[in-house]
Amino acid sequence: MKIHEYQAKEVLAAAGVPVPPGEAVDTVDAAVAAAEALGGSLWVVKAQIHAGGRGKGGGVKLASSLEEVREYSDAILGMQLVTPQTGPEGREVKKILVAAACDIASEFYAGIVLDRQLGLPVLMVSAEGGMDIEEVAASTPEKIFKVSFDPGAGLPADEAREVAGRLGLEGGLVEEMAGLLQKLARCFLDTDASLAEINPLVRTTDDSLLALDAKFSFDDNALFRHPELVEYRDPAEEDPLETRAAKFGLSYIKLDGEIGCMVNGAGLAMATLDIIKHFGGEAANFLDVGGGATTEKVTEAFKIILEDSDVKAILVNIFGGIMKCDVIAEGIIEAAQTIELRVPVVVRLEGTNVERGRELLAGSGLDLISAPGLPEAVESVVAQAKGGADS
Amino acid sequence: MSILVDKNTRLLVQGITGRTGTFHTIQAVEYGTTVVAGVTPGRGGEAVEGIPVFDKVAEAIAATSANASVVYVPPAFAADAVLEAAEAGLELVICITEGIPVLDMARVMKTLKSDYPGTRLVGPNCPGVITPGECKIGIMPGYIHSPGTIGVVSRSGTLTYEAVHQLSEVGLGQTTCLGIGGDPIIGTTFVDALELFEGDDATRGVLMIGEIGGTAEEEAAEFISANMSKPVASFIAGRGAPPGKRMGHAGAIISGGKGTAPEKVAALEAAGVQVALTPDRLGETMAGMLA
Repeated sequence: MKIHEYQAKEVLAAAGVPVPPGEAVDTVDAAVAAAEALGGSLWVVKAQIHAGGRGKGGGVKLASSLEEVREYSDAILGMQLVTPQTGPEGREVKKILVAAACDIASEFYAGIVLDRQLGLPVLMVSAEGGMDIEEVAASTPEKIFKVSFDPGAGLPADEAREVAGRLGLEGGLVEEMAGLLQKLARCFLDTDASLAEINPLVRTTDDSLLALDAKFSFDDNALFRHPELVEYRDPAEEDPLETRAAKFGLSYIKLDGEIGCMVNGAGLAMATLDIIKHFGGEAANFLDVGGGATTEKVTEAFKIILEDSDVKAILVNIFGGIMKCDVIAEGIIEAAQTIELRVPVVVRLEGTNVERGRELLAGSGLDLISAPGLPEAVESVVAQAKGGADS
Repeated sequence: MSILVDKNTRLLVQGITGRTGTFHTIQAVEYGTTVVAGVTPGRGGEAVEGIPVFDKVAEAIAATSANASVVYVPPAFAADAVLEAAEAGLELVICITEGIPVLDMARVMKTLKSDYPGTRLVGPNCPGVITPGECKIGIMPGYIHSPGTIGVVSRSGTLTYEAVHQLSEVGLGQTTCLGIGGDPIIGTTFVDALELFEGDDATRGVLMIGEIGGTAEEEAAEFISANMSKPVASFIAGRGAPPGKRMGHAGAIISGGKGTAPEKVAALEAAGVQVALTPDRLGETMAGMLA
């Protein structure tokens, strides 16, 4: 689960990491009021969407008067912000963060992710703050310092000091940075984060450290023990169909094509997208109904797939294992009877009792196209999606 | 011959009294697996299908000489269940549970490495392990498998069944089929499985089914080119997957441009592995390498 920058800063502040004072608002008047309340003479107005690169798309502005705060807030709120991460259609800005600006002496990067190979969280720091860290990693990897740490114990003080010492800081700031990195590590563990990033982490001209921008995402599997983080969920940033599918235990991802897919198992579902592409089609979605593929799930899956107006044909690809093909066929038939299937449906069943399953589908009187094998099914559904030329 | 499990395996089921645990215990017994004990804290003294239930893994081992465990415990408690099995001295723990917090698994793996190096964990979020005709541990349908000479290792469930089905169609049975799981942090890796199959006399070839995300397939490619004498066929799911999206499995995500299918296919092909282009060619690709 991703959260907004202002929420990430709340999480950091609660963990004792210093962040600039600011307020998230959703109207221009509230933005001006927030700036006034913050005081000072320089503010930053930042679009709050779940995508990086906001500055490049005009979603971050520095305002040196309350008039400018009003002007920029008015421009950013409601804009369709396009960044390298949003895709060409961009994302509507519904919230902005108004924060006190500070005088920056230098910028750093600090981020924690899970290293899958080591099986441990890894802290990465760099004096190349403010830049895209993936670019730094690709072009000058020697400028990134890494340290892995025990997910039980956290980041030890001596290792935090060691890595902080590589950032070119002097005097008491090394100790301050080490403390901040330890807090970031503790926060990563305590929130079951999958990413905790401060970029840039700045040293101000009066020698304090501040998290100027922050990005967090959390492990969906661990949200059950973090009700306080679930509160941060922003449905406006999520695909409504993906959210609905999740409620029914379906794993659904909207894609750009025209062939709706219903498959049991994540690996087989991915492989189904691959073979559709191989035969010249494009999948409209990824959908895993789960190993069992029960009638309830199949019914809901059909409904969700059909909500997508791009869908011109549906491929059902099920390998019946413990749940036998005849039982699955009955489920498909029952589901197909309760909802109006406005597009052709090609069904490929394989596995246990497959003959019986195919007989049931054929004898159902429903307009389901039963295919003998995966390639035949995919060829058929691609043809159906392109206008049913050979149906 | 086979790897990890065979007719001498004496299985203990952690979470045996739950719906999933009970269902798959019955399936395993029907297949011929020797299931000797179940464990559910607070339910000691009961029985499931005539199998005695204990409160603790250590008690179950003492009473029944169980030598492997399968974990069907809910996600919030699964990590502790795995550690309890390791602490009790079991050498093989197979965790089926899906949805375990990844940091829990990081803690488990760290503890296994430092304190219980003798315990091998398979999974989590996997279908399990089966040696056809001898022992079935997990949620895979037993009857699609047949004894033979191919080792199968996979990050996926149903895609593995698909592979096994296709192997059977081309007349190739299996020594052992091993699901290693779809999570970012797992106990047994492709490299571990390949090493076991390389050392198993009965295994003539290995079918390895990978997917996008992480670098496990690239590490496998390195291992294959340096250490494998047996032919390896493969398939990588997710060529058509968009970046940044979690494709059902927690581990199947392309992040920061890393973990794409073309990278993995290239690494495997450079190691002499034949990679099937589509998922309907798994059996014939393996058969072609043995011909």
